[in-house]
Amino acid sequence: MAIETLEKLLAEHPFFKGLKKEYLELIIGCARNVFYKPGEFIFREGEEANEFYVIRDGKVSLEFSSPGKEPIVIQTLEDGEVLGWSWLVPPYYWHFSARAVEPTRAIALDGKCLRTKCEEDHNLGYELLKRFVTIVEQRLQATRIQLLDLYGSQ
Amino acid sequence: MEVSEREILVVEKNPMLPQIFQIRSRKQETSDTFTLELEPVEAGVEFIFKPGQFNMLYVFGVGEVPISISGDPEKVSRVTHTTRMVGTVTKAMGKLKKGDLIGVRGPFGSSWPVDKCSGCDVVIVAGGIGLAPLRPAIYYILRRRENYNKAILLYGARTPDDILYKHEIEKWKSRFDFEVYVTVDRGTSGWKGNVGVVTTLIPRAPFDPQNTIAFVCGPEIMMRFTALELIKRGVSENNIFISMERNMKCGIGLCGHCQFGPVFVCKDGPVFSYSQVKNLIFKREI
Ligand SMILES: Cc1cc2nc3c(=O)[nH]c(=O)nc-3n(C[C@H](O)[C@H](O)[C@H](O)COP(=O)(O)OP(=O)(O)OC[C@H]3O[C@@H](n4cnc5c(N)ncnc54)[C@H](O)[C@@H]3O)c2cc1C
Ligand code: FES
Repeated sequence: MAIETLEKLLAEHPFFKGLKKEYLELIIGCARNVFYKPGEFIFREGEEANEFYVIRDGKVSLEFSSPGKEPIVIQTLEDGEVLGWSWLVPPYYWHFSARAVEPTRAIALDGKCLRTKCEEDHNLGYELLKRFVTIVEQRLQATRIQLLDLYGSQ
Repeated sequence: MEVSEREILVVEKNPMLPQIFQIRSRKQETSDTFTLELEPVEAGVEFIFKPGQFNMLYVFGVGEVPISISGDPEKVSRVTHTTRMVGTVTKAMGKLKKGDLIGVRGPFGSSWPVDKCSGCDVVIVAGGIGLAPLRPAIYYILRRRENYNKAILLYGARTPDDILYKHEIEKWKSRFDFEVYVTVDRGTSGWKGNVGVVTTLIPRAPFDPQNTIAFVCGPEIMMRFTALELIKRGVSENNIFISMERNMKCGIGLCGHCQFGPVFVCKDGPVFSYSQVKNLIFKREI
């Protein structure tokens, strides 16, 4: 039952759109449902990055911590968005923390297992990288715009 | 020589002559932004304008600046302006108090095409002080809510302290027929809302791009990125409208100060369709 739901959720998600059935099945095999209470960390800066997440509903903040100060929130992610790509990039550590702001349901995907499968099957690796590059590009653009201090200047 | 009634009217309506208004209220919105409610000194005068239009406000002895009208177009006994203090005139205006007098010329310029698309989704994207020129359009749309399909406001500010019209935004959020999303560049402690630039809200917002009209206002860079993101989502260039700012003097198409390529922002704008100005806003020298 749970597997069926996951299959449906992932198959319909834009991130996995167009992926061959066999790859989708393989990815579903690496997936599990997770839930986070508000304030709960999904992962912390410096920890090993072994998973990524598809947010089903809720809100997650990406933040940097600085000792003795409030964490700096760089972005929030919501329903349908994909969280985390450090599992793809050696040495596989998180560069920031992710924390649930609201009750958050997500699908966690085992990046470690997928990494091995991508090494074995480069077509799968290419399909996944293509999708993650799009997300990295979107986040990079958003960060660049944020650096412009968009609302302060003319 | 006898002066006809018509001539008197023309003299009275001389667009270069400021009318005297009195400040009826002053509200500090954020650390650098305030709202003034003005009433004509001459009794019984109504101030009629269209959402998106602006006035030339004259601070006596200091100078005159173009400021959009930020109040309700249906409340004609007063006119409202929200101004950010950036330089000589706006800082002097910020020091004016209730009861002080100010000169007003206007209303001038083009307006948000609020009636262009009945039954459409209407998406309003504002950045920083850009919410002020859009507020009259929001009042207009909410009053005629049945004429539109979805109504969505996407608003970005630098920090939670820079959010304009906070109470009103809360009121709008509590309506079931108006979807309001606010995001800030930098969250402070206690901020539970979105963090990220306003463009990141566009892919998330639930509107039908094929059937959407979008009104965008904010600093020029923000409007450029917003327009590109809306186009990426599938909104037609002809259905995206932006409000341009250029230095102005006459406000009525005479002096050429506000020239922007082949158009005058004061007369042909400030509201333009994106398709009208897209070739100009990406040029450095204009
Ligand atoms: C059609 C139109 C509608 C406008 N509506 C509004 C409005 O509703 N509310 C509002 O606050 N402003 C609005 N403006 C902008 C406003 O007219 C200017 O901020 C004002 O003219 C600045 O005059 P000043 O004498 O205070 O500044 P100046 O002494 O002329 O300039 C001082 C410094 O401020 C900078 N500056 C000038 N204009 C701006 C600006 N717009 N933003 C940031 N920095 C600036 C200058 O580069 C300079 O460094 C509008 C402009 C136009 C053309
Ligand atoms: S301000 Fe004079 S022409 Fe526009």
